[in-house]
Amino acid sequence: MSQAETLRAVETERPRLDYTPLVRIAVPVLLLLGWWAGTTFNPGGLIPSPQDVGTALWDLAFGGINDDAFSQMLLPDLIASASRVYGAFLLAAALALPLGMLIGRLKVVKELLEPTLQVLRPVPVTAWLPLSMILFGLGPQSAFFLVALGAFYPILVNTVFAVRSVEPRLFEAALMLGVSQPRLFPKVVLPASLPGIFTGLRLGLGFAWVVIVVGEMTGVQTGLGAMIMDARQLSRTEIVISGMIVIGIVGFLSDQAVQWIGRRLLAWSPQHG
Amino acid sequence: MIPPFLRVRDAGKVYPGGTEALRGANLTIDAGEFVCLIGASGCGKSTLLRMIGGFETATTGEIVMAGKPVTGPGPDRGMVFQDYGLFPWLTVQGNIAFGPLARGKSKQEAGRIAERFVTMMGLDRFARSYPHQLSGGMKQRVAIGRVLANDARLALMDEPFGALDAMTRERLQEELLAIWRSTGLSVVFVTHSLEEAIFLADRIVVMSPGPGRIVAEERITLERPRDVSSPEFNAIRRRLGVMLHGDHPGPHAREVA
Repeated sequence: MSQAETLRAVETERPRLDYTPLVRIAVPVLLLLGWWAGTTFNPGGLIPSPQDVGTALWDLAFGGINDDAFSQMLLPDLIASASRVYGAFLLAAALALPLGMLIGRLKVVKELLEPTLQVLRPVPVTAWLPLSMILFGLGPQSAFFLVALGAFYPILVNTVFAVRSVEPRLFEAALMLGVSQPRLFPKVVLPASLPGIFTGLRLGLGFAWVVIVVGEMTGVQTGLGAMIMDARQLSRTEIVISGMIVIGIVGFLSDQAVQWIGRRLLAWSPQHG
Repeated sequence: MIPPFLRVRDAGKVYPGGTEALRGANLTIDAGEFVCLIGASGCGKSTLLRMIGGFETATTGEIVMAGKPVTGPGPDRGMVFQDYGLFPWLTVQGNIAFGPLARGKSKQEAGRIAERFVTMMGLDRFARSYPHQLSGGMKQRVAIGRVLANDARLALMDEPFGALDAMTRERLQEELLAIWRSTGLSVVFVTHSLEEAIFLADRIVVMSPGPGRIVAEERITLERPRDVSSPEFNAIRRRLGVMLHGDHPGPHAREVA
């Protein structure tokens, strides 16, 4: 740790112009410019200008401009969506983690479950929508199910892979140091597969944010997905785009938080530390 | 009668595919002895070492340590792998404390033991580093340290310095000898370097492939520290070299030399 830290410190001390922030905002700025130009020089188009979307976002957040059904709804909708995303993600993790560990380490469980899971895996979440509404009814349960389904597979697949690809040498090392066969799982498999499992959790949470709009097509009243669907029916495209921007930013921040946790927990791993 | 420290009796290994890795190996190792196994690849030296370690079961014969047949890996026989086999999620200190903890020592006691061996292996500055932040030589120090910290009576070393640069290798050879002398540990050391074997060993066991077997044993009586450039050292190197690489490897190689 200390060695790597001093190395990093030495690297940053070197006096050198750092263009990184500039490089990072270049593409967003260009996109925004292109969007602005495209809408300004084509006034009859169906796509609202950045200014319109900015106004809509402000009204969504604080109200005071349009004072319609969408005004000041951003926070409640965001909270509704976020609670579904994290709740469904936790449910998916609670199922996929133990299942993945069992499939990865026990041949019987693998033979028993893997064919079914592999056949179900390519079925997109959108295809589950009608069935989910029949099974769970119109409303939040259905949304919850679809989001959990979206998060389930990345966690499962990565967990299976992680517990399966533990370096065999580490088992030998543990055995010759006095670890008994049944203790190999907590002493070796679990810690060795943490980076892979963590990658699965990160992907799963990312997927949950991707799936939330589809999930909220099930006739729920609140949430960013519901907001986008309502706005679409009313041809309020600036609200639709506002919703897209909010989901993008919140999903990004959520992923940053997860990565930060990963760096703290997995400082030992060259991929995370 | 006291049983020998380690006895390999008529040990053979045939893999499920039909490959015969080792045939009829007989070997007795005394407590505190430093034995090197040497031979070309495929001579069964690693197989024999892994059988002593309990990682491979003998197809024929048996391996008995202090009167008890070897049936699996155990902390009395610590293994040092060429690729280190350190636990990447544990610090240097944690890796060395791993064995004592696995054998039921308390956290405090395992910590004290680890501290002692961290110091013994010259790893104080790296105690809190993770394996991926260490050089190869440092990693191998940790690997040796964790075997010592676990009260192993026999260290099994599978080309432990094979992946290191020449300078580091020489330093670690000297350090290993110092540790061996001060602890009374027994060592079985696999290498393909004749010089390394002659520098380290009390006794060199020469092995030959197709199928792997023991073809000769040579006791090295040179005073330590040994001078690799001395005429005596080179005479042994020449004689064993013919046995290893000569046209007629086998029991008659001595006469060829």
